[in-house]
Order: sequence, then C-alpha cells, then structure tokens
Amino acid sequence: MMESKADTVKAKEKKPLPKSRIMVGEQLTQLYQEALQAKARGEKIGWSASIFPQEIAEALGICIVYPENHGAGLAARHQAEEYLSYAESHGYNMDICSYARINLAYAEVLTAPGNNMPKPDFVLCCNNICNQLTKWLQNLAKRYNIPMFLIDTVYNYTPNASDDKVRYVRSQIDNYTRQLEELTGKKLDPARLEAVMRISLKNKDLWRKANELLAHKPAPLSGFELFNYMSCMVCCRGKESTTKILEQLIKEIEEHIKNGTSTFPVEEKYRIFWEGIACWPYLGHTLKTLRQYGINLVATGYVNAWGLDYELNDLDGLARAYIDLPNNNNNLETVVNRRIAAVKQFRCDGVLYHVNRSCKVMDCQQYELQRRVQESTGVPFTSFDGDQADFRAYSEAQYETRIQGLVELMEERERQIGEGVK
Amino acid sequence: MNELLNNLQRLTEIAENPKKQLAHYLSQQKKVIGCFPVYTPEELVYAAGMIPMGLWGGPAEPYLAKSYVPAFCCPIMQSALELGLQGSYKGLSAVLIPTLCDTLRCITQNWKSGVADIPMIAVSYPQNRTDAGLRFLQAEYGTIKQSLEAISGQDVTDEKLAAAIDIYNAHNGTMRRFAKEANNHLDMITPRVRHNVMKSGHFMDKAVHTAIVRDITEALANRSIFSWAGKRILLTGIVAEPSELLDIMEENQLAVVADDLAQEMRQHRTDIPKGKVPLQRLTLQWKDRICSLAHDTDKSRIPLIARQVRDNQADGVICCMMKFCDPEEYDFPLIQDEMEKMGIPILHLEIDQQTGGLEQAKTRIQAFGDML
Repeated sequence: MMESKADTVKAKEKKPLPKSRIMVGEQLTQLYQEALQAKARGEKIGWSASIFPQEIAEALGICIVYPENHGAGLAARHQAEEYLSYAESHGYNMDICSYARINLAYAEVLTAPGNNMPKPDFVLCCNNICNQLTKWLQNLAKRYNIPMFLIDTVYNYTPNASDDKVRYVRSQIDNYTRQLEELTGKKLDPARLEAVMRISLKNKDLWRKANELLAHKPAPLSGFELFNYMSCMVCCRGKESTTKILEQLIKEIEEHIKNGTSTFPVEEKYRIFWEGIACWPYLGHTLKTLRQYGINLVATGYVNAWGLDYELNDLDGLARAYIDLPNNNNNLETVVNRRIAAVKQFRCDGVLYHVNRSCKVMDCQQYELQRRVQESTGVPFTSFDGDQADFRAYSEAQYETRIQGLVELMEERERQIGEGVK
Repeated sequence: MNELLNNLQRLTEIAENPKKQLAHYLSQQKKVIGCFPVYTPEELVYAAGMIPMGLWGGPAEPYLAKSYVPAFCCPIMQSALELGLQGSYKGLSAVLIPTLCDTLRCITQNWKSGVADIPMIAVSYPQNRTDAGLRFLQAEYGTIKQSLEAISGQDVTDEKLAAAIDIYNAHNGTMRRFAKEANNHLDMITPRVRHNVMKSGHFMDKAVHTAIVRDITEALANRSIFSWAGKRILLTGIVAEPSELLDIMEENQLAVVADDLAQEMRQHRTDIPKGKVPLQRLTLQWKDRICSLAHDTDKSRIPLIARQVRDNQADGVICCMMKFCDPEEYDFPLIQDEMEKMGIPILHLEIDQQTGGLEQAKTRIQAFGDML
C-alpha cells in the first residue's frame, strides 16, 4: 500500500521544474561564477556567515559566497562524505558542526563537485546564529592569515536588545565598513547602500509572503519546496535577482490557490511545523515519508529567518534587526512565542523537531520548547535524530517510526476535537 | 612540615566537598552566589559582601537534566544542571551564568525553567574586545552589580570593589607563585594535590584561600628542591577531572608542571589592571584573557602553550578534551600542529565527568608515558 503511494509520488516528481526553480539554480550558479571571475581579476572576495549584515558588502559591490550554503549543497547531493572524513582525520572532532567540518576541509583543497568557492581574502562572521561560527571562521582566518570581520551580536537573554548592545553592534558595523573599504579599495556610496537596503527589505517581505501563502488550507505548495529557495535569502538577499525569483514564486503559488491546485501530490491530511534546519542528506526520505501519510510541512523556522526589518538608512535599526531576529540569538520565551504564533497561523496539526546533531544552540533548549509549545497549543509533537549535513546521524527507521507515532497522536487529537473533547 | 601537610589536606577536603563548604558559609549567615564556568565577575559578588562559589559540575549522573538537554551536551553543564534540578544547590542566593558558548546560552534558559527557586543572572561577554565592546561590558557589569546589590542588600561602592579587586589580584599572584614553586617539589605536589590546591579556590573566600596557599608556597620554598626523575607534562582544556585521571598520571610518573586549564591557571594568569574606575578595570581583564572562549584570530593560546612548554621544560602535553566542548574542539587541531612542529608529543584525552570506567584512559596515559 505504502509502496504504491510512494511510486505515485515519484511519478509526479518528474514534472518539469517551475520557472522560479530554474531561476534559483541560475542565480546560484551565477553567484559562484562571479566570485571565481572576480578572484581571477584580482579582486578581493569573502566568505560569509548566512545572517551577516550583507548590506555593506553588497553595496560595495564585493563578491561574497556562503560556506553554509556550499556545505548544504554538497550534503544534499551526497558529496559531503569525503570532506567530513578529511576534517576528522585532521583533528576536527565529529562533535563539531558538520557545515564547519565540510568547509574547513574544503578550505584545504578548494575544490568540490559542482559550485566552487575561490580562496577567500577575508571572512565575515556574525554570531547571531551560534558561537561555533566564531570559532569556525577564526580557524579559517588563521589558516589563510586573512582578516576576520566579526559582528558579535551577544545573546539576548532578555526579550530585546538593550540600547548598549545596539551601540556595540553598530560600532562593529561601522568598523567593518571602514576596514572593508580599506582592504578592497572601494568606497561605500550612501545612495547605493540605500538601494541595497531597499531591495533587502523588499526581498524580506516577498520571502515572508511566499511562506505565508502556505497558511492557505490546503496549502498550494509542498512545503519542502521552499527549502529550494533558501539560497536566495542566504546568499542573495540584497540582490534584485532575488526579487524577481520571489515575485515569480509568489505568482506560481497564487496561481495554484486560484486554480485550487497544489504541488503537494496527495491529499493534505495533516499540516505540520518543521523545527530546525533541513536534514539535507535525507531530504528525499524525510519528504517522502511524510507524504505517505498525507503530511504537508507547511511552516518552518525559515518563515521569519530573514525577516530583518529596519528603516532605510537606519544603521542602528539594522544592528538591532541582526541582534533580535535569529531565534538562536534569543531567549526561550521569545522563541516559544514565535512558535506558538506560527502553529496557530499555519493551522498546524503537529510539530516535528529535528534534533540536529550539529546544532547545540537549537538542541539544548529544544525539550523545554517542545513542552511549552504543546502546553499552549495542544498540538502534538515528535522529534527525530538527524544532522544538517552529516549523513551518519540519521536513521531512516527511527524517522519512520517517529512519524508513525506522530500520525497516531494527530489522529487521536482529531478524534477528540471531533468529539468535542477539550 | 606538619603545617604544610595540614594545609594541603584542608584544601583537598574542600576541593572534594564543595557542598560542605556551602553549608559552612550558610551556617555563618553568609549569602552565596553560584558561579558557572568559565568566567563571571566574581569580584562584584565579593564586593557585595557575598561568597562567590564555583559550580563546576561533578560526578552526577544526569537524570532530571535529560528532560532539558540531549546526551551530547557538555558533561559539566549536564551535571551542574542536574545538581540544580535535584536541589543540591539549595541555599544559593543566585547563580551567575556566562553565555560564553552555545551550550551555556541554553543553560541560562533551562536553569530559569527548571530551577525556579534559585534566580539566574546571565552574563554576556563581548567577543570583540574593542573599546565599544568593553563599554558594553561595563554596562553589563553595571546591571549585574545592581542585581547583586538587591540580593545582598549592600551597595557595591567603588571602594569596596577596588578592595575586592586587590584581593583577587593577590589571589592570582599567589596561585602563580604556587604553580612555579610546586615544580620544585613534584614529589609532594602530585597532579592531584596541585589540582586540589587550584580547585579549592573556587569554593572559598579568596582572601582565606590566598593566605593558605601563601603559607603552602612558603613552606615549599623552605624545603630543599626535589629532583624529579619522571616526565613533565602540561595540561590543557577545561578541566582535568575526575581526579582519578590525575592519579593515573602520577602512577605513570607524570608530573603536571604547567596548565592551560580553564578551571585552573586560566583563572589566574590575567590580573585586573590598575585604573581609576573599578568597574572599568574589571572589563579590561576580559580584554586581556587568553582562552578558547574569547575571540582571538591570532589564537594566542597556542604560542602561550608553546611558551609554557618551553619555560617549564614539559616533555609532553595532555589535551583534556571535555566531551562535546566545541570551543576547545576547534582549537585542538591547531594546538596539535604546533606541538608537532615543536616535537612535543600530545595526547588527546576525552574528559567526561560522568564516566565511571577509566580503563581506556589508563591505557592511553600509560602508553603516552611510555612514549615520552
């Protein structure tokens, strides 16, 4: 029975890619190509953390590539193993973030199947995601003897950044701007910065809109598909090409809503929230297992992951946005409130927690998050062990069992609601 | 000689029974503030008339903590959280938790959720230790000062803080002198004794600890120098525990002649500089610290270890790698490379406070000793 459903799914997956997906692929290829070309011309290029204040480098016209995206790509294409092994054989513990291990190995060989990143002339780090990034990029800076520009956002153990913290982060942004100008010989044009900020803000709104269209029931899209567009926000959120892609994506989603169609190929029986980073090496398995039960992943933490909101030309506001936005830089209460709001907004029937072996900052407060979100919403949850890029941390059997368990819990809740049980 | 032995015995008992020490201070009607690893502004606690007491975990099997953190969470944090959840820290007026690593960030939240009867005061250290970073830290310390004043009911005046700084600097100097003198008496200052002298300081009024360690150091200096025939090692990492590991080193004729342990000499190698504004002076200590938890693209820790190896004629390095401690894990390959360049053997020894069986460690330390 299960097999036949899976086969149906497979058959439907052979449909041609929508235009927006083709545009994403082209954008990413262009990004890496441009970095290689810039390097060949003798320009300085950088490697950057994914939620770094990209606005400055973008406005300066400097090519930046993103190791997290690069590592995720290798993992998704099942090409990460040799990098993981290389790093581990050179003393990097398996406990270290798998993106870091892949990249620290890549940094030694500077070649990979698919997209290649040229050797960096500087690294850009913002630790609003985690402290491991600080250590990881420190090692790169030391390895290459290149500058590291660290924007230290300091963990928000209270709900919002204090003014003292904003001043500290603003000062770092100013320093990084000045030093990057000196390093590259380029001068920041305020008009260009304003334009990049405007584009970034627009892309932020478009990204949110595309995600929020999945609140429609049934969802017009299989939620996993939005993972394919993340590179737009990680690598190119200050670029107009992203605006075009997201506008096209929204057009496609709205078309589905208008026609009453969906890219989710089976009846949407359950809607769930996915907590944590995607399990890139097993994207197919995680997706197909859910589909077998008619479970659509309609919301993720990525909905608001790039919701960086500020006023044009307000660099204090920009500093505050980069401190306050990422969940990983925030206290539990803030994250719980955001998750409760999302579960309600997207009308989720369940929550699926990825205990991502790479990410202690997500995992070490996840159990309390699970309890509080369930307590508040009544929505059942399950979790599974996995990793964003290390295939060894995932078990297909465990995942399948956990999903079965979640389905039973969701069925039971559905029954109780039907019977009017509170 | 008797006094020397008595003092060493006293510190050993305190190092091994922090709970008894907590009861001792509480019985004196003193307020005690728990201080999580690795750094907290203890001087502010002291200046507020309270006792700062280190919370460095211990051999507590996680049971309640499993509801908060996964198995791959740092063992010190698991056991410190477990002890908090079990009520073993009852009597503490508050805990200070620095958000220096990803796990510590989360522990602030888990503590708040699970140990509601002991208030948590988080401490954020800026990683860019520039003027702007230090201004932020001064504001942060200012907020913490207010919280501590509210708990103690005493104002932390500049005079009181300056006096506390003097006491802490004196303690640092005393610990450095002890570490140096200890190397002339490796028969008596075994790895475990050295560790206990260091560790006991986390559980004591620093002025009292300073006086005892000063007496120990003087008594040692009055002894004739012992010529150590075994091998000399440097320890690096967060902690070198459980103490049985140190016994294994002793059994294999390995003496600890220097350390870069967060629990031990990292606490004492950086004094609080002179200056007019005591709160600002505290921030400048953070600027000067060399540690895996303080951002440093130069990785100054590595040449520092190299220098210590040379200065103390160490034959080898044991890297006491706390399980799941990513800040240390990132530094290890670089330390290993440097030691290889220097021709200094290095042993990667996994540390887990919860581990009962030490057979593997025993074999590895023995093999390392033989190789040296």
